Amino acid sequence: MPPNLVAAKPILQRKLSIDLKDVLFRASLPLLAMLAALVIGAVLLILLRANPFQAYAAMITGVFGSTSGFTQSLTKATPLLLVGLGICIAFRASVINIGAEGQIILGALAATWFSLTFRHWPGWLLIPAVLLVSFLAGAVWGFIPGVLKARLSVNEILSTVMMNAIALQLMNLLIRGPLMDPAGITAGTYLAQSERIPEQAWLPRLVPQTLLHAGAILAVVLALLVYIFLWRTTIGYRIRAVGLNPDASRYAGINVSLYQALSLTLAGAFAGLAGAVEVIGVQHRLLEGITSGYGFSGIVAALFGGLHPLGLVPASWLFGSLLVGADKMQRAVQVPSALVDTILGLVVLFVVASSLLSRRWSSRRTIELSTTEEANS
Amino acid sequence: MTEILSAAVIVGILTSAIRLATPYLFASIGEAFAQTSGVLNLGVDGIMLMGAFSAFYVTLHTGNVWLGALAAMAVGLLMGLLMSLISVTFKAEQGISGIGLYMFGLGLSSLLFKVLVGTVYTISGFPVVKIPFLSQIPYIGQIFFQHSLPVYAAFLLVPLAWWLLDKTTWGLKIKSVGQNPAAADSLGVNVDRVRYFSVCLGAVLAGLAGASLSTALVNLFQENLTAGLGFIAVALVYFGGWRPLGILTGALLFSVVNAFQLWLQVLGVNIQSDVAVMLPYLLTIAVLAFSMNRVRQPAALNKPFERGEN
Repeated sequence: MPPNLVAAKPILQRKLSIDLKDVLFRASLPLLAMLAALVIGAVLLILLRANPFQAYAAMITGVFGSTSGFTQSLTKATPLLLVGLGICIAFRASVINIGAEGQIILGALAATWFSLTFRHWPGWLLIPAVLLVSFLAGAVWGFIPGVLKARLSVNEILSTVMMNAIALQLMNLLIRGPLMDPAGITAGTYLAQSERIPEQAWLPRLVPQTLLHAGAILAVVLALLVYIFLWRTTIGYRIRAVGLNPDASRYAGINVSLYQALSLTLAGAFAGLAGAVEVIGVQHRLLEGITSGYGFSGIVAALFGGLHPLGLVPASWLFGSLLVGADKMQRAVQVPSALVDTILGLVVLFVVASSLLSRRWSSRRTIELSTTEEANS
Repeated sequence: MTEILSAAVIVGILTSAIRLATPYLFASIGEAFAQTSGVLNLGVDGIMLMGAFSAFYVTLHTGNVWLGALAAMAVGLLMGLLMSLISVTFKAEQGISGIGLYMFGLGLSSLLFKVLVGTVYTISGFPVVKIPFLSQIPYIGQIFFQHSLPVYAAFLLVPLAWWLLDKTTWGLKIKSVGQNPAAADSLGVNVDRVRYFSVCLGAVLAGLAGASLSTALVNLFQENLTAGLGFIAVALVYFGGWRPLGILTGALLFSVVNAFQLWLQVLGVNIQSDVAVMLPYLLTIAVLAFSMNRVRQPAALNKPFERGEN
C-alpha cells in the first residue's frame, strides 16, 4: 500500500493494520529460525547417510498421519506449555529461570509422595490436592533462588542451575530409597522407580487408548489466567514494569526485588505443575528421566511463543509436534536421538539471534508511523 | 574415623584436589575474560563437551595428545565465534543464547560420539611429569609436583591472566568495554572486536578445559562427560569476583570439597552417595550467596552494546 493511501486512512484503522503486520512479522521470525535449523539438520542427516526428505516426511506423517501421533504431540505440548508459562512470567520481570528441570522434579516428587500417602482419598479430592501440593513444591524450588536474588543479589541463572543438580540428586536418593517400588524390592529387580499411584489419582484421558489427558485442558485454561494476571491485574502490571525498566519502577515505589522473587516463585510453581501432570497424567509413577528435558525445551517453547501466554499455546503445540516428529523420524531413518538435541540447540540460537531483526523492525515501524503523522499535521 | 585423618589420606585428597581443579581453572579463567568484556557466556559446558570430544577423538586416532589439545582449541574457537556472532553481532539475550549453545554442544558431542566412536574407550592421555627436585619434597612434592602438563598449565594460567587483565593495554580495553562500552567506543575502542576477542579466548580455554578432562584427568569420553561442570565454572567467576586469584581460590575450595567427597566414597564411609554428590552444589550456592555483595560485577555484563543508543 503506498504511503499516501495509508496516511489518508483514519488513525485507528491504520494502527490496527500496522499491529496485524507487526504480529505476523514477529510470528514468522521464529518459524524462519526453525526452518534454518531444519536446513542445517538436513545437512547433518546427509552426513549421517540418511535421506533428509525421507526423514522429514517421516516427521510430518508421524505427527499428522495418525490419531496417536497427533494426541502424542498434544500430550507433549502440555508440560511445555506449563513450563513455558512460568518462564514467561519470570522473563516479563527480566528474570531468567533455567531451573525448570529441578522444579519439575520437585513437583513430580510431591505428586508421587502425596498420592501414595493419601491413597484412600477419593479422586475428586485427591487430584486437586495433588496439583496444589506440586504447585507449592515447585514454588518452593523457585522461591529459594528468588529470595537469594532479592536478598543477596545472587545471579538467578547460576543458582537455578545448581538447584537443578540438587533436585536431580534428591530424586535419585528418594527413588532408590523411601519411594522405591516395594514390588521391585520383593522381586529383587530394584528398578529406580516408585510404586504406581492409586487409580483414582489418575487424570482422566481425553481420547481413549491414547496418553492425552485432562492436564492439556488445564494448561490452556491456565494460559488464559496467566494472560489476565499479567495484563489485567496490578501485580501483573508491576511484574511487567519491573522487567521493562527496573530503575523507573523503583522510583515509582515498586519493590523491584520482591516482584522478581515473586515471578521466580510463580515460575517454579508452574514447572511443579508440569511435573505433577507428567506423574498423574502420563506415567502414573515416578521414574528416572521424568522431566524428559521439558525444563530446557520449555524455554525454547516460551521464546517461540514470543514470551506471551497466548502465543505460547500454539508455540508449545508446534514444539510438541517437533519432539514427536523427531522421535518418529529417528525410528524411521535410524539416526541417534542426539541429532534432535543438536537441532533444538540451533533453533534456540537462531530464535534469539532473530530477535534483533524484530527489534529493528518495530523501531523502524515507529519511525514510519511518527513521520506519517508529522506529514499529516 | 581415624582412617580419614591419616596423613596419607590427606595427601591423597589434596593431590586429587589439585588435579580436579584443572578443568575449572581453564574454563573459569576463560569465562572471566568473556564476562569482563561484558558478555555472559553460559554455553561453557557445551564448548567443554565439544572440546573434550575432539581432543579424545583426535588422540584416539593419532595417538598424539598435543594434536588432541590443538583440535579442542580449534573447536573451541569455532564455538566462540558462533557465540560472539549471536551475542555480539546479533545482540541476543545472552542467558538464552548460552543455553542454546550448551544444548547444541551437548547434542552434537553426543551425536558425534555415537556415530564415530560408539563405545567407551580408555586412551593414554598426557603422562605424569615429575618436576625434578621439587617432586622429592615429602608430601608437598606429591601434592603439587607430580601431575600431567595440563595441570601445571592451568595453574600457570592464573598469573598469566592476571598480568593480561591488569597490566596490558588489551586488559584495559577488555575492562573498559565491560564497564562502559559507550565511553570506550567514543575513545576509539572497537567494542565489538574486543568482545569477539574475549569471548573467543574464553571459548578456546573452555575447549582446553574439556581436553584436560578427556585426555589428562579421566582419559575417556562418554555422553555428557562434564555433567554440568561448565556451569560451576561460570559460578566460580562470580565467586572469584572476576579476578584470576579469586577464581583460583574458588576452584581450589570447590575441588577440595569434591575430592573429599570422592574419598569418603572410596573409603566406604557410611554416607549416602547422593548426599555427598549434592555437597559441591550446595557449597556453590552458599558461596554465591556470600560473595555477591562483596564485589561489583562488570557494569555492562549481559548488556549488548548498540552504538548511538544514548
